[in-house]
Amino acid sequence: MSRLSGTGMTLAYDKRVIAEELSVDIPDGSFTVIIGPNACGKSTLLRALARLLKPAVGTVLLDGSDVHTLPTRTVARTLGLLPQSSTAPDGITVAELVARGRYPHQSLLRRWSTEDETVVTESMAATGVGDLADRSVDELSGGQRQRVWIAMALAQQTPLLLLDEPTTYLDIAHQIEVLDLCADLHEKQGRTLVAVLHDLNHAARYATHLIAMRGGRVARAGAPADVLTAALVEEVFGLPCRVIDDPETGTPLVVPAARKKSSAHAEV
Amino acid sequence: MATVRPRAVLVGAVALAGMAVLAVLTLGTGDFPIAPGDVVRTLAGQGTAAHAFIINELRLPRVVTAVLVGMALAASGATFQSLTRNPLGSPDVLGIVNGASTAGLAVVVLGGTSAQLSLAAVAGGVAAALLIQLVGGRRGLHGYRFILVGVGMAAILNGISGWLLTKGVQMENARAMLWLTGSFDGRGWEEALPLLGVLVVAVPFLALACGPGLRMLEMGDDIAAGLGVPVRRVRTGALLAAALVVACAAAAAGPVNFVALIAPNIARRLTRAPGPNLLPSMAVGALLTVGADWLAMHSGYPLPVGVVTGALGGAYLVWLLVSQRKAGRI
Repeated sequence: MSRLSGTGMTLAYDKRVIAEELSVDIPDGSFTVIIGPNACGKSTLLRALARLLKPAVGTVLLDGSDVHTLPTRTVARTLGLLPQSSTAPDGITVAELVARGRYPHQSLLRRWSTEDETVVTESMAATGVGDLADRSVDELSGGQRQRVWIAMALAQQTPLLLLDEPTTYLDIAHQIEVLDLCADLHEKQGRTLVAVLHDLNHAARYATHLIAMRGGRVARAGAPADVLTAALVEEVFGLPCRVIDDPETGTPLVVPAARKKSSAHAEV
Repeated sequence: MATVRPRAVLVGAVALAGMAVLAVLTLGTGDFPIAPGDVVRTLAGQGTAAHAFIINELRLPRVVTAVLVGMALAASGATFQSLTRNPLGSPDVLGIVNGASTAGLAVVVLGGTSAQLSLAAVAGGVAAALLIQLVGGRRGLHGYRFILVGVGMAAILNGISGWLLTKGVQMENARAMLWLTGSFDGRGWEEALPLLGVLVVAVPFLALACGPGLRMLEMGDDIAAGLGVPVRRVRTGALLAAALVVACAAAAAGPVNFVALIAPNIARRLTRAPGPNLLPSMAVGALLTVGADWLAMHSGYPLPVGVVTGALGGAYLVWLLVSQRKAGRI
């Protein structure tokens, strides 16, 4: 059994039900990507897996225990989360922000240690923000800032890491930069990654396991090549398309169908 | 968190030193002026008997109350601004202080004793905090909802205060108005010591038990929860402790205006550090109240200290809004 899974979950905010009888399994050591149209419940699922939202029905299991019965700190040492929007406090430096990732490893009696220092330095090096350590986070570009947040999540040193739309608001170069970084973390550090992504082609290229959702249900889950078919994209997004091989990587590449010209023009 | 910022220590030390100088000047001020050197000598236990009586018995309690009230207001303001993630989200804007002052005013108008007034003020402040959290805090304390409910609460309580004043007898109204403005006149050890007791318990609680969690919460509820912060517990604990502290300050000296709002803002600007800046804020708060009290004494007219902090605070607020607007933040 994998370390993180959810079974028979009903997810709701107050009375607004987002998903019913939702079950997912995050394969150990995978880079799992969740895709689906807006409001299909992807982020809600991620929140439930991260213990931020308690399922009305069903359970999220982390290492065999209901995640809501585990102590907060234990969860925080196993499972890291990078939410969609976070605020960097005014005037905080990169090193200070990354250092906050060490919070679950500290207590009143156990304050800052050389181990913490080492982990922070390594996390900044892994995300390529080591040179920015003393800069104020406010001064950074969007891509740099996102790498700093990821560094903070890394400093938490969790075997599992959940990322909610880590590439949103970034330009294409920075999107690829962040995804390459995620792939590195997955391959070199052996972490299990779960990310919500909007771009299907990015998902197909980087994921080792793909979960496609629609209307609060899992439409299909598995290897990207099996999941991402023209039929599935049509079913899940309502988008007619062709799926071809990505010339760079051989992974599925979704090409939306051309706009139908009106018949009058076609005849002329 | 990783290290103590030297800049924060410097700000705290300079503020405390300035506060000490002003305290010595204040202790020397009055119908019987005493030179600063003699004040220091007397405080060290080397002064004449007459000086010792005037300073230790008559004037010191007032100055100590001013110091403690400044620290309490600032500690509460720093915590509230951190909880609401809003530099204007302080207990005097959110109706917590109004809860204390309205309850205290009710006791004054009904002709109650000072002890009853203090208890009512403390209860009123904490009750206001609980009510605001109950109505406006369902989705956290950082949203507009909490702030708007708090501002609304302040307006309602002000209305009730006005009504109470129209019901009061002339004599009591004079006392009530003075109390409502905030003043250190005639404050003695019986006001200072309970406040000291509350601070000795509440400040370590805020700094050590809530501080690290509050710093994480400033980045957002989700990320804090992801880092293992017990979000609800930290938030409720900090809210109640900060409300208690500010209500006790109001009980001791009346609702001294604006200190809770501006002391943490000044401290944050000077330290340039993220987080509640609890200890530097408290140092700045004490400097503000003692300085305002000194100014009030030297204004040539016996002003209550609340008038001076109100004027200073209003000016600072205007400057803050203008500079934030220039920086394009609002």
